[in-house]
Amino acid sequence: METIILFAPLVGAILCGFGWRVIGETAAMWIATGFLFLACILSWIVFLGLGPETEQIQILRWIESGTLSTDWSIRLDRLTATMLIVVTTVSALVHLYSFGYMDHDPQFEGETYKPRFFAYLSFFTFTMLMLVTSDNLLQMFFGWEGVGVASYLLIGFYYRKESANAAAIKAFVVNRVGDFGFALGIFGLFYLTDSIRFDDIFAAAPQLAETQLTFLWGEWNAANLLAVLLFIGAMGKSAQFLLHTWLPDAMEGPTPVSALIHAATMVTAGVFLVSRMSPLMEFAPEATGFIVFIGATTAFFAATVGLVQNDIKRVIAYSTCSQLGYMFVAAGVGVYSVAMFHLLTHAFFKAMLFLGAGSVIHAMHHEQDMRNYGGLRKKIPYTFAAMLIGTLAITGVGIPLTGWIGFAGFASKDAVIESAYAAAPNGYAFWMLVIAALFTSFYSWRLMFLTFWGKPRGDKHTHEHAHESPMVMLIPLGVLALGSVLAGAIWYSSFFGKVNEVANFFGVPYAVEETHAGEEAKADKTETASEAKGEKKEKKTYVFAGQPGEGAIYQAPDNHVLHDAHYVPKWVKLSPFVVMLIGFFTAYWFYIVNPALPKRLAENQRPLYLFLLNKWYVDEIYDAVFVQPSKAVGRLFWKGGDGAVIDGSINGVSMGIVPFFTRLAGRAQSGYVFTYAFAMVLGIVALITWMAIGGAN
Amino acid sequence: MGADLNIILPEIILSIFAMATLVGGAYLGQDRLARPILWATCAVMLIIAFMVVQGDTTRVAFGGMFVDDGFSRFAKGLVLVSGAAILLMSEGYMARRDLLRFEYPLLVALASVGMMMMVSAGDLMALYMGLELQSLALYVVASLRRDSVISTEAGLKYFVLGALSSGLLLFGSSLVYGFAGTTMFSGIITTLDEGHLNLGLLIGLVLVISGLAFKVSAVPFHMWTPDVYQGSPTPVTAFFATAPKVAAMALFARVLHDAFGNAISDWSQVIAVLSVLSMFLGAVAAIGQTNIKRLMAYSSIAHMGYALMGLAAGTAFGVQAMLIYMAIYVTMNVGTFAFILMMERDGSPVVEISALNGYAKYEPGKALAMLLLLFSLAGVPPLVGFFGKFYVLRAAYEGGLAWLAVAGVIASVIGAFYYLRIVYFMYFGDDAEEPLTDGKSPVLWAFLMVPAAVMLIGVINLFGIEGAAQAAAATLVN
Repeated sequence: METIILFAPLVGAILCGFGWRVIGETAAMWIATGFLFLACILSWIVFLGLGPETEQIQILRWIESGTLSTDWSIRLDRLTATMLIVVTTVSALVHLYSFGYMDHDPQFEGETYKPRFFAYLSFFTFTMLMLVTSDNLLQMFFGWEGVGVASYLLIGFYYRKESANAAAIKAFVVNRVGDFGFALGIFGLFYLTDSIRFDDIFAAAPQLAETQLTFLWGEWNAANLLAVLLFIGAMGKSAQFLLHTWLPDAMEGPTPVSALIHAATMVTAGVFLVSRMSPLMEFAPEATGFIVFIGATTAFFAATVGLVQNDIKRVIAYSTCSQLGYMFVAAGVGVYSVAMFHLLTHAFFKAMLFLGAGSVIHAMHHEQDMRNYGGLRKKIPYTFAAMLIGTLAITGVGIPLTGWIGFAGFASKDAVIESAYAAAPNGYAFWMLVIAALFTSFYSWRLMFLTFWGKPRGDKHTHEHAHESPMVMLIPLGVLALGSVLAGAIWYSSFFGKVNEVANFFGVPYAVEETHAGEEAKADKTETASEAKGEKKEKKTYVFAGQPGEGAIYQAPDNHVLHDAHYVPKWVKLSPFVVMLIGFFTAYWFYIVNPALPKRLAENQRPLYLFLLNKWYVDEIYDAVFVQPSKAVGRLFWKGGDGAVIDGSINGVSMGIVPFFTRLAGRAQSGYVFTYAFAMVLGIVALITWMAIGGAN
Repeated sequence: MGADLNIILPEIILSIFAMATLVGGAYLGQDRLARPILWATCAVMLIIAFMVVQGDTTRVAFGGMFVDDGFSRFAKGLVLVSGAAILLMSEGYMARRDLLRFEYPLLVALASVGMMMMVSAGDLMALYMGLELQSLALYVVASLRRDSVISTEAGLKYFVLGALSSGLLLFGSSLVYGFAGTTMFSGIITTLDEGHLNLGLLIGLVLVISGLAFKVSAVPFHMWTPDVYQGSPTPVTAFFATAPKVAAMALFARVLHDAFGNAISDWSQVIAVLSVLSMFLGAVAAIGQTNIKRLMAYSSIAHMGYALMGLAAGTAFGVQAMLIYMAIYVTMNVGTFAFILMMERDGSPVVEISALNGYAKYEPGKALAMLLLLFSLAGVPPLVGFFGKFYVLRAAYEGGLAWLAVAGVIASVIGAFYYLRIVYFMYFGDDAEEPLTDGKSPVLWAFLMVPAAVMLIGVINLFGIEGAAQAAAATLVN
């Protein structure tokens, strides 16, 4: 069954991409979609029927070279199963949605482009499944690069558009930076553990923590160094701060692509990687500190930029970037289950927001600037409803202090924030995430108000012709809306419940914590946490007790963040809700009550506004520091090195010197015997002279 | 004495066969017997080749004048098989040009006897005898088309210059004899165990090398080659380009290692210089050629340069590399000349390269075979020709002649130009030219296709030639 899940999308891609000439365009598209739905249904069966044991399903013997021996096999545990449902569900819905969205594309008038699009989508799904089912690092790297290729192809789908090509190349190149780190991490792990299999690496993780490794200029703790290198790979794929620049540009691709790849699946591969490598991460305290820092910074940074963007897709793109930061914070503080929880809920509501935005764009004839929207509530009511649910989910609406009664984002985002607080009370990460939550609420509502409320702006003709999208586009929205509403509540206890619940869900052994050991372990924790613990003294407390590699995730026995997160002060639990309300009312005030205010504020605070509008000038800095110098170096080697020196000398020799000698040789060949004899004699004289004078000494 | 005769039995059989057919042909006076004689000669040569390669011990006859060892057997096998192949290829061409005289196969047979003598020579006298026997036969076949000015000119030039080279060789031999006191290789080598030669021996050595260099057409003793190749009937050119080159190269190796094996540092430099000059001149001068036979002449000059590179290394591996190179070279040349023999228009031979314009369009199969051969001649991997070059380059490098290897690589880049130019004509040339007509010769077709296939299939294990060459080289250098 797992094999079918893995290969159905590939078969679909091949049949659709190559077979459409034979079976026809529509049939090809339905085949790809059908295979994806098959994979989706099977994935849910696998997810719901998953046992506690980690299964390894060998497909083939892959590489035997020296001590490197690698199977190609599926590693099936809770992490994989979670990713399976995320990937196949979103992908299947996006396939369906694309029937409507990709119909009648003005860029490919009179050409066949839809089978190509569907084949790419299915191919992407296959590689993504390769990534999440991998049983060793190389297999994962294969999937990792495969999704990179698919992403490249899909971002550049409108290949006649220069900006789309540029964006595709940018995505690919920026990801290379991250992949370099990832590859180094793999090399390092193989170098130290002599294996790339997860089982071996996990088993070796405790030793890695005590190993020193020389790298670049210094000696490093091996576990920390390798964890950071792997995380650099994750940073590229998941568009974390400094390697995030490709994600907003990737919106050049068709909107279903943005929903599938750049919101729900591929960009979360980094989070998956960190969670998958949790046994290593747990032994790398400095590395996880770095992950928390980057994650929190990204969450904050992307949220600030999202405040002022005008392109509807870019707003959502920055929102994605920001939410990925949340996930990394959760993973970094050691609650991988929460990271996966947010990944799961985010996949639903973010995919829906993108598909909803796509529906808006579809209705508005490919107009993407929100300043030209307005008052669309009545024109596209279903889309409006979906977007509203998505916004409620992302901003985290729910009943405070219950923890789980609310939209999907409420459960998971609050879990992340509470975990961040539990790991470091009043720390950098916590405050960054709270502020980011405020901004999230603001920009999400700003998007809603600009799009659906107010008066129609922009081209009158477009507004008059705005129409609701067809059923194939609305059904996926409906399904995702269901997920956005319920996903948080359903799986709250599985991902962010008591330690024993989470441990059960992920197949990790756990044990009852002995009281005095618990007291000692918490002695250095905050007052409040100890108090909270004191109150519940009569209740049993559980701790993770697995060895590295047992179960889907590993949390060290002294990692109490998950437990402590439930006992953070009330104001901490309330804070995301409060800032969400602040954000909502600010947006309401800015865009409904007093629509002239934003403009005035932008003029008053011009430098700040420009700073945000230009995305903190990261692109400009990169352009000046990396792109232009490397272009200059490239030009130097191209024009100077290759053109002048290499081509010049080769051309000079082959077109000047060689023909000269050819003519000379031709002339020497006079046809007269005496010339020939003379040459022989001359040769002998020269040889004898040389040997007698030079050779005989 | 009986044992001695037993050792040279293959040579005796071939000589008696040649003389018997000579008498028979002269007595009957009929060229109508030429065809059966040709086939008989082929058969005899192949049988003798088979006989020769059976041997597996080193035997010495006539007090060391004649050596039958693994090395000579390898060379003899190559000489006889390639000679027989060329004879088979010539039959149709010669018959149509009314050149099929009964003397032709028996002259080839006599030349082969000479070559067998050469590669087995253990004495300067035996060397000279074999060399002259071979050369005199070749002078005659070069001017076989005696009513053609250019053919007789070729024969005459070859003869005059050949006489000069023989003179040099004899002069060198006499100097060696004078200073060493013996003409036996085994005797010469004992007189110079000091390592360095005295001046007299040195000059003698250089003169002997010059004489032999003439036979392998190494620069600057190569000038006869283009003219003779062009002037001779094409099958004869094909013969010149193959068997005698093998024999001369083998003789070269034998003299240098058997007689002067203790003074490698002295001759190695001379050979290296000859090698580098041949490679470069062969590559550079061929570019200007429009006649494919002249082009092949320069091509063989360049290839001899590479073979000499193996020799210049002065090691057993160098000799092995040289033998492998020669075997591959002969195979490639048989195929290429089969193609050239097929180049004709309305029954008359065409040798202009430009005539091949657009050839691939109407003869895709043959063009593809020729393409393989040309790429192989140029040494493009993964074809067999590349491995030949690879061996000699490795030999030179391991023999401490890295500069020579580098020069060889550069020369092969230049040389690739003229081979690929033919490919260019065949595949991308304009087809304004009147197409060549097909002679419809299944024999030639087979001789083109088999070597072409060998170029491709041989990459697997070079048909085991490697081990044979290694064994042969081991008997020479120890």
